[in-house]
Amino acid sequence: MTPFLAIVAGGLLLGAFLCLYRIGRGPTAPDRTVAIDILGTLVVGFCCVMAIWTGQDFYMNIAIAWALLSFIGTIALAKYLEGRQYNE
Amino acid sequence: MSDLAAEILIAVGLAFDLFGCIGLVRLPDVYNRVQAATKCVTLGTCLILAGTAVYGITGAMSIKAALCAVFLLLTSPVAAHAIARGAYKSGVRLWEGSVIDRYGEEVHPAGPPAERIEPAAQTEHTVAAGREPHE
Repeated sequence: MTPFLAIVAGGLLLGAFLCLYRIGRGPTAPDRTVAIDILGTLVVGFCCVMAIWTGQDFYMNIAIAWALLSFIGTIALAKYLEGRQYNE
Repeated sequence: MSDLAAEILIAVGLAFDLFGCIGLVRLPDVYNRVQAATKCVTLGTCLILAGTAVYGITGAMSIKAALCAVFLLLTSPVAAHAIARGAYKSGVRLWEGSVIDRYGEEVHPAGPPAERIEPAAQTEHTVAAGREPHE
């Protein structure tokens, strides 16, 4: 791993820990949903780093699948939030 | 030369990702967080994907990276919109420093929704409702 890729991986890891802080701390459920969505997007970036590092292109397949599943999961959580009313 | 261009793209993308994550932690409200984090992190990850496509170790990797960037640009705003709408419909209040609420004016034309419950009161209510069956 070149130093440049190590710095990029470390930065993405730092961002992922910031997202985990928001997932654990977030006062409401939508905060956690946003953080989960952002975490999925960061994992797509991390898959790019792994693809460049190893030179294997199947990591890009993982990135595409991860983006798709993250989108579906976020939409499902958002619909769940929309249906749930606090004052009912 | 193309390696240098790819590294510049990836470095700028990493900076945008980090700014988005800092916004996710620092901003006061769900709606502020969703707009800051989604825009910054979507652009940052698309720049990282573009850098991967420029780096292009194999041709298939470049094509898949470009495809993934297009897909991310299409889906991420939809997901953020759905989260913000779900948050508003589930009764999460705006930050007290907010100055305008256009969606609320559209949904509740009579005025500011006084009947909506504070987040603190609502967690209390949820806890009380959760305790009831035990007692």
